[in-house]
Amino acid sequence: MDDKDLELLRILEENSRLSAQEIGSMTNLIQAEVEARIHALEESQVIRKYTSVINWEKAGNSEVSAIIELKVSPERDFGYDRIAERLSRFRQVRSLRLITGTYDLQVMVSGKDMQEVSRFVSEHVAPMDRIRETATHIVMKSYKENGNTLFEQQETERLPYSF
Amino acid sequence: MRTFVSERARQIPPSGIRKFFDLVLTMNDVISLGVGEPDFRTPWNICESGIYSIEQGVTSYTSNRGLQTLRDALSAHLASRYQLKYSADDELIITAGVSEALDIAVRAIVNPGDEVLIAEPSYVSYAPCVTLAGGIPVPVECTEQDHFRLNPDTLQEKITDKTKALIINFPNNPTGAIMKKKDLEPIADIVTDRDLLLISDEVYSELTYESSHTAPATVKDLWQRTITLNGFSKAYAMTGWRVGFLCAPQEICDAALKIHQYVMLCAPVMGQVGALEALRSAEDDKTSMVNEYRLRRNMFVAGLNRIGLSCHVPEGAFYAFPSAKGSGLSDVEFAERLLREQRVAVVPGSVFGCGGDYHLRCAYAVSRKELTEALGRIETFINGL
Repeated sequence: MDDKDLELLRILEENSRLSAQEIGSMTNLIQAEVEARIHALEESQVIRKYTSVINWEKAGNSEVSAIIELKVSPERDFGYDRIAERLSRFRQVRSLRLITGTYDLQVMVSGKDMQEVSRFVSEHVAPMDRIRETATHIVMKSYKENGNTLFEQQETERLPYSF
Repeated sequence: MRTFVSERARQIPPSGIRKFFDLVLTMNDVISLGVGEPDFRTPWNICESGIYSIEQGVTSYTSNRGLQTLRDALSAHLASRYQLKYSADDELIITAGVSEALDIAVRAIVNPGDEVLIAEPSYVSYAPCVTLAGGIPVPVECTEQDHFRLNPDTLQEKITDKTKALIINFPNNPTGAIMKKKDLEPIADIVTDRDLLLISDEVYSELTYESSHTAPATVKDLWQRTITLNGFSKAYAMTGWRVGFLCAPQEICDAALKIHQYVMLCAPVMGQVGALEALRSAEDDKTSMVNEYRLRRNMFVAGLNRIGLSCHVPEGAFYAFPSAKGSGLSDVEFAERLLREQRVAVVPGSVFGCGGDYHLRCAYAVSRKELTEALGRIETFINGL
């Protein structure tokens, strides 16, 4: 992992659809080297996958998301890892983090409607061994996801010329 | 009725290509590579601190020198970032942009008839500022052969008994050239031997892509004969906030302060608050902007060379300065026809003084998408010649 790799990662994180040729012209690398470096980053799982930032609300999809905070009793030898990994297996779990503060785990879940989310929480998450308490917060609107704002911003006016 | 306009105001040449710029305003679908300012918005933490200060009623004059907190933070920043040692109390003034800093610097040191050397191609304000101060601007040409760095021999040739000062700007607008320590050393020797003062406009100092900036005042014994000018506009995308600064040994700084207090009083306070926040928390924002400029520069300069506009690699600022000589057109003709026929606006290099002929200043402070589109249009234009 060198500076060029980090530069490639920054570029791909911002737009993973650029061609190796385009990336090459931006980084002064030949196309084959860009491809080789990206391949190595994929192989080593530094790049986990390529995805899109989608404004589902705009797409007319009424999917419901919720943030669920969990108090968990940690296990001897494993801490929170086993229960976190178990929760991660559910398709409905979009992100999962161990956090400091009142709660231990923060889970972002989504489902096609409110019923699916509430059923998932009450039937799958809450009854799980070692989970002592849950607090569920339904997401009403998303303004920013992974560093990307989801609302339109006004174009600022620029002079066509300045020295 | 007699003419009321002063001799000096009349001495300043009007911009010969005003009409050309006005034409841009009337056209649609123009990609403008003519804008000398960042296309990024000011980082929000900076904006927020400005807004908060207004809400808190921080809307009055500050001391002439500028907010103490800002001067302290700036003095520490200059020391750690550039090894520049300036006292926050006696050797530093916060100004309304580098434009004002330049004006008061020149007025603080120029007597009528003094010659002031200007390394050109250069930003368009230097010569008029010298003229307005009663001095005589004398261009020193930086050539493409020298990668637009200031050549010591050329400098030496231009010095006369009347020469008082030298104005340089590296990283350079419009060429993107930089001067490293080894390039500055022979210049320092000449400036010292001939007992000149150096005015160094370093507003692009944060925008370097291969190596970090060397402040001329840190080279040899130049500190005692250097006025360092810099500002927040380019590094932090804060052009409209109007905050710059002047640093100089106390005697010169005191003289500049007198002019500053009568003509400007102080830089806008909300701008100063924003600048303080920039120093405190916008390092990462700045780095990500610099990273983005580097990517754009690489792809744009490679593109220019590919389509036949030969261009040295600019190591700083956000300008490419390709030569249009191969086209058979002058820079003004090239720029005018490119605008009319393909709706891409670039600035003819001759606007920036000697050494700029046959070159075009293209600011890559626009999105990569626009740069790609602009390259396509320029290629179509060249192929049609």
